[in-house]
Amino acid sequence: MLEIKNLHASVEGKEILKGIDLSIKPGEVHALMGPNGSGKSTLSNVLVGNPQYTVTQGSVTFRGKDLLQMPAEDRSHEGLFMSFQQPVEIPGVSMNNFMRAALNAKRKYLGQPPISGGDFLKLVKEKREMVGLDASLTRRGVNEGFSGGEKKRNEIFQMAMLEPLLTILDETDSGLDVDALRIVAEGFNRLRTENTSAICITHYQRMLDYIKPDIVHVMMDGRIVRTGGPDLAYRIEEQGFDWLKEE
Amino acid sequence: MPQSQDNALVRDIANRDYEYGFTTDIETEIIPRGLSEDVVRLISQKKGEPQWLLDFRLKAYRHWLTMEQPKWGHVDLPPIDYQAISYYADPRGRKRKDGPQEIDPELQKTFDKLGIPLNERLALSGVAVDAVMDSVSVKTTFKEKLAEKGIIFCSISEAVKDHPDLVRQYLGSVVPYRDNFFAALNSAVFSDGSFVYIPKGVRCPMELSTYFRINAINTGQFERTLIVCDDGGYVSYLEGCTAPMRDENQLHAAIVEIVVCQDAEVKYSTVQNWYPGDREGRGGVYNLVTKRGLLKGDRSKLSWTQVETGSAITWKYPSCVLKGDGSTAEFYSVAVTNNHQQADTGTKMVHLGRNTRSTIVSKGISAGRSQNSYRGLVRVAPNAEGSRNYSSCDSLLLGDTCGAHTFPYIDVNNDSSVVEHEATTSKISEDQLLYCNQRGIPPEEAVALIVNGYAKEVLNKLPMEFAVEAQKLLSVSLEGSVG
Amino acid sequence: MLQGGSHPLIDRHRADALALLEARGLPTRKVERYKYTDVGAMLEPDFGLNLSRLPLRFDPRSLYRCKVPGLGSTLHYVAGDMVEAPLEEDLLFVGPMTEFARRRPDMFSAYYNKVEGDSLAALNTMLVQDGLVIWVGKGHRAADLIQVVNLAVGSVPMMANRRQLIIMEEGAEASILSCNHSSTAQPHLATEVVEAFLGEGSRLQYYNVEDAAESASLLSTANFIQQGTSHLEYAAVTLSGGISRRTVNVSLEGEGADVAMSGLVVADGIQHVDNNLLVTHRAPGCHSDMLYKYVLDGSSTEAFAGKVLVCQGAQQTDSQQTNANLCVSPQAHMYTQPMLEIYADDVKCNHGSTVGQLDDAALFYMAQRGVGPEEGRLLLQQAFAWDVVLRIGLQPLRQRLMRMVEERFRHGTSACGDCGMCGVRKI
Repeated sequence: MLEIKNLHASVEGKEILKGIDLSIKPGEVHALMGPNGSGKSTLSNVLVGNPQYTVTQGSVTFRGKDLLQMPAEDRSHEGLFMSFQQPVEIPGVSMNNFMRAALNAKRKYLGQPPISGGDFLKLVKEKREMVGLDASLTRRGVNEGFSGGEKKRNEIFQMAMLEPLLTILDETDSGLDVDALRIVAEGFNRLRTENTSAICITHYQRMLDYIKPDIVHVMMDGRIVRTGGPDLAYRIEEQGFDWLKEE
Repeated sequence: MPQSQDNALVRDIANRDYEYGFTTDIETEIIPRGLSEDVVRLISQKKGEPQWLLDFRLKAYRHWLTMEQPKWGHVDLPPIDYQAISYYADPRGRKRKDGPQEIDPELQKTFDKLGIPLNERLALSGVAVDAVMDSVSVKTTFKEKLAEKGIIFCSISEAVKDHPDLVRQYLGSVVPYRDNFFAALNSAVFSDGSFVYIPKGVRCPMELSTYFRINAINTGQFERTLIVCDDGGYVSYLEGCTAPMRDENQLHAAIVEIVVCQDAEVKYSTVQNWYPGDREGRGGVYNLVTKRGLLKGDRSKLSWTQVETGSAITWKYPSCVLKGDGSTAEFYSVAVTNNHQQADTGTKMVHLGRNTRSTIVSKGISAGRSQNSYRGLVRVAPNAEGSRNYSSCDSLLLGDTCGAHTFPYIDVNNDSSVVEHEATTSKISEDQLLYCNQRGIPPEEAVALIVNGYAKEVLNKLPMEFAVEAQKLLSVSLEGSVG
Repeated sequence: MLQGGSHPLIDRHRADALALLEARGLPTRKVERYKYTDVGAMLEPDFGLNLSRLPLRFDPRSLYRCKVPGLGSTLHYVAGDMVEAPLEEDLLFVGPMTEFARRRPDMFSAYYNKVEGDSLAALNTMLVQDGLVIWVGKGHRAADLIQVVNLAVGSVPMMANRRQLIIMEEGAEASILSCNHSSTAQPHLATEVVEAFLGEGSRLQYYNVEDAAESASLLSTANFIQQGTSHLEYAAVTLSGGISRRTVNVSLEGEGADVAMSGLVVADGIQHVDNNLLVTHRAPGCHSDMLYKYVLDGSSTEAFAGKVLVCQGAQQTDSQQTNANLCVSPQAHMYTQPMLEIYADDVKCNHGSTVGQLDDAALFYMAQRGVGPEEGRLLLQQAFAWDVVLRIGLQPLRQRLMRMVEERFRHGTSACGDCGMCGVRKI
């Protein structure tokens, strides 16, 4: 589904990613761990096409297409979704309007007619209940005045609406208490199918208790330094990252 | 608080004395009152100036004749009789000789009384002082020590003699004589002031300071300060001022010009405590000043900090022209007005270079029958892409007979810059006062406490030696002004 | 000539107005309040005046059919400065000034031209022949929205001098919508003076929507005088037009008076809108609230100046003022000047002003969800503008304006649909 080859990227002239190779198959969940500043968030931002990051070398193909040539919105239409670490507030743009614009843009891209008002509201209700998002929140501005937990839940709601093929959870656990984390993770798990994949970026094992990864990668200084099974995450939880530096 | 007590407190501060109101009995050479081309020539001649400087003065004088006193400030500036003022007063007396400066013991005493160290042994460590009384610089300390690093710190008259090329290159380059009415007047008759040159890559090891004092009767003070900080240099400069109590108004029309080159940084701090006049509004200094810095080089920095408590009328707008790409400018101001004082002060931030940043923080405090205005301009030129300004202007009112006003002007001419301005006006919080009173703090102390807290953001920007003095000054200015 | 179609109670003010105009002259750009609008240039073209009161050659009702759902308004057309026959009830009059002056000369004299204006207002007073009076009697609530349709007409460049006199007696209530439209692509200039008196406890909603041709120029002065506990909701929405200079002065003269002012300007091309507001708190316990927003595209030059003046004795004043501006084109120019002038101490006043662009982080977030930059910008601009529209109390108008704003951003026109007016600006 996703093939990353020798990816180098920089921000404001400073190289952050120094050669990433990663391959994700349909249905797989990959965990991406690593200390602060190791380049995890840079990788996810580069994948979804954040214009602040510049790719200097390497290639990324997504379902056989050159991802790096596409603008961010087309990557989204192709089925790439990122749950942001800090979702931005967009005052005045209501969630309903926003989601309808997003859904219709995707349908247009796929050559489908726009969704009717009635069907849209039905869909919102269904997905909202699936992830346990309060009805009043979809009438507010995008993330406007949402609490940290509500913002993260809203990300999962949008994921449910857009039904992506590959989801990147960028530190979705940060700022969440245990109950909120469980609800968000359960929502995510409910949306998984055997064709959908995910990259889960986290510092902690506790996220991975809910979202069981098939493969765990550890990033340090812009490179993937170790790849293993779920037990690698436990070892990191117990011993931190220092032992990897020494090796 | 009951009304009667309230009034008593207001009266209390109005009765407060101006601490620096003494005069010095010293033989002073004063030229006759009045202004003409001959007077301009006379000043130039007394100072032994070269022809180019006399020409500069004469051009300025002729231009001044075509101008009118500005009327746009929110101050009631009475017409000034420019022929009733003497434009040159030299307290060093008629016997003045060239050669090493021997300071008159009376002068020394004056500055001792003001707490200004002219004796290097007694000086606060880390502060070099240029003392200016009336029209001339009387003493500059630590000159030799600074010279070792190549730093020039002297009176502008000496600089004209010793470093004519530097003065000629920069004088009037930031504030041209055509700039405004008072700038033209100053350019014609300026007497003395300080000159600072920081060479490339040199960080000035001590605070430089100028102390201005008006002593002589019926004289105006027209000082001129020029600071040039070359590539990568750094200097922190302090300015303080006082004047005796006199019934007539005294005129002070100064110019400060600052040039900041690439990667250089200048901090300019002022504690202005000219005589504000008595509680009926008689006397006091008209402080009509043009201060401007040119952030000439890329990544240059300039910071203005001012604490304005004195003067009958203040009209001053320390400004920054952000020409170099990535340059940064700051303006931090506390202005306190009481009795019949009037202040119209603020800044101009002119963004010309790309990615330039400016910050404005202004705190106005009005009491008595005073009028206190913030006036500020932020202009972002079409080419100043990616520039930012943040302005915050707060006014605090103590009493219902004073005024607090905010007049910002914002001009933005491109679509990649962000300018934000916010202002609030409110009276001193009764809740805070009550809280302090409940904890046993008497009203006048509580007011001082709250006002100091209110001004903290600005006071924190002052160098240590000045911050303490400024804090005291604020407390004294407003002691128990309201309940 | 002027007196032909007018009334002596209007005529008797002309000489003084002329004298004032001669003494002060027209404002030049050197006058601070007129710094950003060149009034002289606006008056330069050779405009005709409909002095001999020639009747219209078309029926405005057939051309302009305002069918905003649920608006339920009574329509009153002002073509140039020609006002239709009056609507009259016991406690309500909406109709020509000349007619009102004939019927109630005392009341007319008591209110007409009572607010001292600047020389532009004097120009109007000097030239005006007729205008519109809206009178709502004591305790009366005007049930229907009073919609005034100002049409620029004429096949040659014309100048119209419009006048509105609004008298709200004690406890009266009314909603007024004043729309400006063009039925001609000829250059035309309107001077406008609105004088509104809000009696004790009265409530007025006054809305102005400007959707005119690029060839339209407007010089407008509105004065609202508010007695105690009266309430004014004022909104001015400019979606298209040429050059508009508006002065709005609100004087809060009685204790507990309240005013909410909203303004929206969507400008592109060479459009120029200059709003100049002054709210004077003369009595204690009054509240004022201003929100003005501008969206600037093309090479438009826009100006905003808003002053809150709190007089001595106006204690317990509560005042907010916000001006937010969005520059979406590198050639757009914004001049903004929020001012506070305060002579009382027990006050809570604040103002804020921003000039900025669309939030890149928000645009990227939207793109990640599949909403491309074009649609993303549209949504953000619309949200920015709707913020003002949402303050409009009259619900059907609010709905319609939201739609018009969206149209404006999406297609560059703000056609409200059902009439032949709005296509004109594309000529």
